[in-house]
Amino acid sequence: MTRLLDIKDLHVGLPAGGQRKYAVEAANLHLNDNEILCVVGESGSGKSLTARAIMGLLPKPHVHIAKGSVTFQGEDLAAASEARLRDIRGSEISMIFQEPMTALNPVMTIGNQIDEVFRFHEKMPAQERRSRALKLLQDVQLPDPEQALGAYPHQLSGGQRQRAMIAMALALDPKILIADEPTTALDVTTQAQVLRLIKQMQESHGTGVVFITHDFGVVADIADRVAVMQNGLVVETGTTDEVLRRPTHPYTQALMAAVPSLIPRPPRPRAEERVLRVNALTKTYRSGGGLLGGKARVVHAAKQVTLDLTRGETLGIVGESGSGKSTVARCIVRLTDAEAGEILLGDTDLRPLGRAAMRPHRAKIQMVFQDPFASLNPRAKVGRIIAQGPEMYGASSAEARDKALELLKIVGLDDRAYDRFPHEFSGGQRQRIGIARALALEPQILVADEPVSALDVSIQAQILTLLDEIRDRMNLSMIFITHDLRVAAQVCDRIAVMQRGEVVEIGPTAELFANPQHSYTTELLAAVPGKGWFASETKPLTEAS
Amino acid sequence: MQFWRLFSRNRSAVMGMFILIAIFLMAISAPLFFPADPFSLAGQSMSPPGANGFLLGSDSLGRDVAAGIAHGAKTSLLIGLLATLVAVFVGVIMGALAGYYGGVIDNLLMRTTEMFQTIPSFLFAILLVAIMKPSIESIVIAIAVVSWPAVARLVRGEFLSLRNREFVQACHTLGMGDVRIMLGEILPNCLSPIIVIGSLMVATAILIESGLAFLGLGDPNIMSWGFQIGAGRTLLRSAWWVCTFPGIAILLTVLAINLVGEGLNDALNPRLRDRS
Repeated sequence: MTRLLDIKDLHVGLPAGGQRKYAVEAANLHLNDNEILCVVGESGSGKSLTARAIMGLLPKPHVHIAKGSVTFQGEDLAAASEARLRDIRGSEISMIFQEPMTALNPVMTIGNQIDEVFRFHEKMPAQERRSRALKLLQDVQLPDPEQALGAYPHQLSGGQRQRAMIAMALALDPKILIADEPTTALDVTTQAQVLRLIKQMQESHGTGVVFITHDFGVVADIADRVAVMQNGLVVETGTTDEVLRRPTHPYTQALMAAVPSLIPRPPRPRAEERVLRVNALTKTYRSGGGLLGGKARVVHAAKQVTLDLTRGETLGIVGESGSGKSTVARCIVRLTDAEAGEILLGDTDLRPLGRAAMRPHRAKIQMVFQDPFASLNPRAKVGRIIAQGPEMYGASSAEARDKALELLKIVGLDDRAYDRFPHEFSGGQRQRIGIARALALEPQILVADEPVSALDVSIQAQILTLLDEIRDRMNLSMIFITHDLRVAAQVCDRIAVMQRGEVVEIGPTAELFANPQHSYTTELLAAVPGKGWFASETKPLTEAS
Repeated sequence: MQFWRLFSRNRSAVMGMFILIAIFLMAISAPLFFPADPFSLAGQSMSPPGANGFLLGSDSLGRDVAAGIAHGAKTSLLIGLLATLVAVFVGVIMGALAGYYGGVIDNLLMRTTEMFQTIPSFLFAILLVAIMKPSIESIVIAIAVVSWPAVARLVRGEFLSLRNREFVQACHTLGMGDVRIMLGEILPNCLSPIIVIGSLMVATAILIESGLAFLGLGDPNIMSWGFQIGAGRTLLRSAWWVCTFPGIAILLTVLAINLVGEGLNDALNPRLRDRS
């Protein structure tokens, strides 16, 4: 075992006047060959900047290495010249990114982009370059490597693009691979495949991998050693076994505790009264075609979707991207018009209603959105954001104000929030504001579209608890859209699994998890990262070791 | 004053603003320093600067060039501001409707916009003023008519990208009406680019006005810089000062407004904030 990389006392300085002086402070890390080091932390922990510091890819001059060394094979990269770093990048140390669509050049074929790596670093005939590129694409198990060579990034799926990125990164057999959240943008089943691929490639090439992630499930699946970062400090390092089974730092313990368990919570009695019935809802998107002919693309976003929701119940809709789960949610709140089917709220079918006819029903179904940064008007004060709903339905401005203040208290924010702008709040706080806005009209049904997927895991837990409290307190019914089965297990009474626009399985959470009927459900369950580690709320694995 | 801090980082913008304030003061104090009608014959014709009590000389009819510049400043600023206001108003409405509703309305409004944009703007302005008879109103209308398409395109783009944002959808789920969403929710979010394009448009409007006046299409009863240059055009070799000083006034004003516009752009555009 040789030591590839030695990071000593690394300080990454931030521009003056920021929240803190260093993005990364006194970091000591090392990486051996043939191992995967996972750097875990929440947003703002400095994990990504640590990775970039190794590559010399910090956004200079504002962010720079202020102190410390990054030693790679006896050479200090922190002091290396730009020309030397260019030599090292790609050939000795390479990197894969979170979003392969933006990391790949959209106007160059995959083949050309891999070819570039060879051309920049080595001299070899075109014929050989091509055959090596082909071999690489075979190694990363792309379905049709010949075709992938000539394909543009947009012609591949997300998972295929990430495979192509990995092929590119491994083209010159680097000693170190840095992976910055490489699976975060991928669906859970694709994520499992890509993780497996990275592990395989790492083992067969003996590469040292620095793997940046926020997800402890991924850590458990892939890491040999773990470093936990918080606010720029490395608070704990150790082997995966040590850190996951016997975390010593309170922050690590808190993070682990916040990972939702896959064991569904105990079932609750189901009320008889059905507040919403969705019958055979169908929505098709058509694109392309047009004047000059061409083939129109038809996507069945929702095909004959049938669901029902009783009072006080939380119905989860889970599925991967493109499964139509968001489309169903948007049809129910009437942001999108479905072509066929019924949306029965009580006895009224909402689907055929026009805007004016829909208006009196709007208040009864409200929505919580995914992105807490995009869902609040940046130019409006929080008080107005919450109060404008009741005002529109006839409340006086004093009443609306009282209502808004009361709601702020319910969602756990204090009165001072009323006169502030959204950008003064953190992601979790903004999501609370979004929830308060949805509650302001006293809805019967709350549709939450991935309400926690943009949040850090510790904040996630708080928001989920809040949603639970609110549902009980106001006797709300909730439709909860998520891609994360762990989250679904903790909040949903029943779960509907969607695939390609169809509900393939629906049932009470515990039954569905224990005994999935459809092969796709089984596949989803199998792909949840870190299954073996975080399988239960008590941690019996401590004894198992 | 965070805005001022950002704005003042751009030194030339601050300079531009001081020039602009000076021109503005000159415009409002013109009747004080030059109480006489700027068209009146004030003394010997063709006096060079400094001679016969003329600070900047006199023209072929003995009119005071300095008085003309001071009174002309009011005309230029007034027409520039008015025309821009009208253009921004029309442009915002057209752009907002096109961007927000899309589809047929967008197509209709954008094809109309393009029709206006295909005609060279200065020629179009000349044509309009010639048809309507030269007066301050017709000049303002002509300049506004040739300027609004740029605003409409900008606002349309902003509305297109903002209308699908989650905070706008949230308003739909509240049952908010279209007009209220457009005015209360989306428009405040695209004010910055509108302010920037508006400030730059004032400079263009002043140039068009001067051009029209130079060609004799200005309001005959109102002194303006373009008129002065037009009147001195034939004397350029014998009495250079008649054209030169109004020309410098136009140059300084347009430059100052452009600098301020650029400064506003830097200060209001968050993406540029951190460049140094």
